[in-house]
Amino acid sequence: MAHIRKKKKKELPPVSTASLPDIVFMLLFFFMVSTTMRDVDLLVAVSKPQVTELQKIERKDLTASIYVGTPVKAELYGTEPRVQLDDQLGTVQDVQAFITIKREEVNEKERPKFIVSLKADVDVKMGLISDIKQELRKAQALKLMYSTSSAGNAERMFEQMSR
Amino acid sequence: MSRKRGIPEINAGSMADIAFLLLIFFLVTTTMDRDEGIPVRLTPWSDEPQTDIKDIRQKNILEVLVNINDELLVEGDYMRITELRQAAKDFIDNNGDGTCLYCKGLQDQTSSDNPKKAIISLQNDRQTSYEVFVLVRNELTAAYTELREDLSKRKFGKSYSELDKDQRKEINSSYPQVISEAEPVKL
Repeated sequence: MAHIRKKKKKELPPVSTASLPDIVFMLLFFFMVSTTMRDVDLLVAVSKPQVTELQKIERKDLTASIYVGTPVKAELYGTEPRVQLDDQLGTVQDVQAFITIKREEVNEKERPKFIVSLKADVDVKMGLISDIKQELRKAQALKLMYSTSSAGNAERMFEQMSR
Repeated sequence: MSRKRGIPEINAGSMADIAFLLLIFFLVTTTMDRDEGIPVRLTPWSDEPQTDIKDIRQKNILEVLVNINDELLVEGDYMRITELRQAAKDFIDNNGDGTCLYCKGLQDQTSSDNPKKAIISLQNDRQTSYEVFVLVRNELTAAYTELREDLSKRKFGKSYSELDKDQRKEINSSYPQVISEAEPVKL
């Protein structure tokens, strides 16, 4: 008996860190599944309008994004709103070709689900937006999404208008 | 003292470090932004100007104009954007010819016949700001959403978001969303 008691008096054993990798891996997998790769560096400033009626895009791989806004580097590209397609600034005339190429990349079976996400800045005028819409119609990309962010409630949405 | 024979255990102490490294890599290179927005369906491109609009009776069209100063003109009257949702709902749900059994409208003879015939025409100037356009579009979508939600509660006793596919289809065809976005003109 005395012998055993002697052993018990020893210090607490160190906390086992054997499960730490498991925990970290769990976090890792969570982030791998729930996030997407950052796709492009924005060359134009885009602050999306805030609205209440939102719908989520389910399949990001079936989406092509068009960014519209004032260039970040005003000294290089001026202050007029420009269209960004992938990594470079383009013109409205490039939209049709861009969308056609993007749609070719999509699996043929899922091509009807192809959707264009228009990420335009609040200060852009409708003339440019309409021109892009015409180009999309010519490219037969008829599913369009006005990309927005959530305003939470209607009061906050109308507030932004008055400023 | 006798040593255990066989393969010694691999030290897994650095596993956590490796996993952390991977984790941080993914944290930095990925984003979590969800892509959300207002979906629209464009009409196919045709070179000829559209003529079919003449076949639709004027009372079945709700004209919404947004001018260069971002002011709203609905059926010829100035309107604040906060009133637009209710105006659109009244128009869609009007039920002028009495064929819509689930509508609760006022049956005004100068407004739309029934939700299936009601069309909202949204027109804007080239100088209208995108923000106001999207807000107007949002209000019009919201009018349909509210009507559908209301019908879903009455018909199935639950919210539209809880309905299954067929029930949703039924509700959607009861209130088909017809919003036409015309090409901009000078207003």
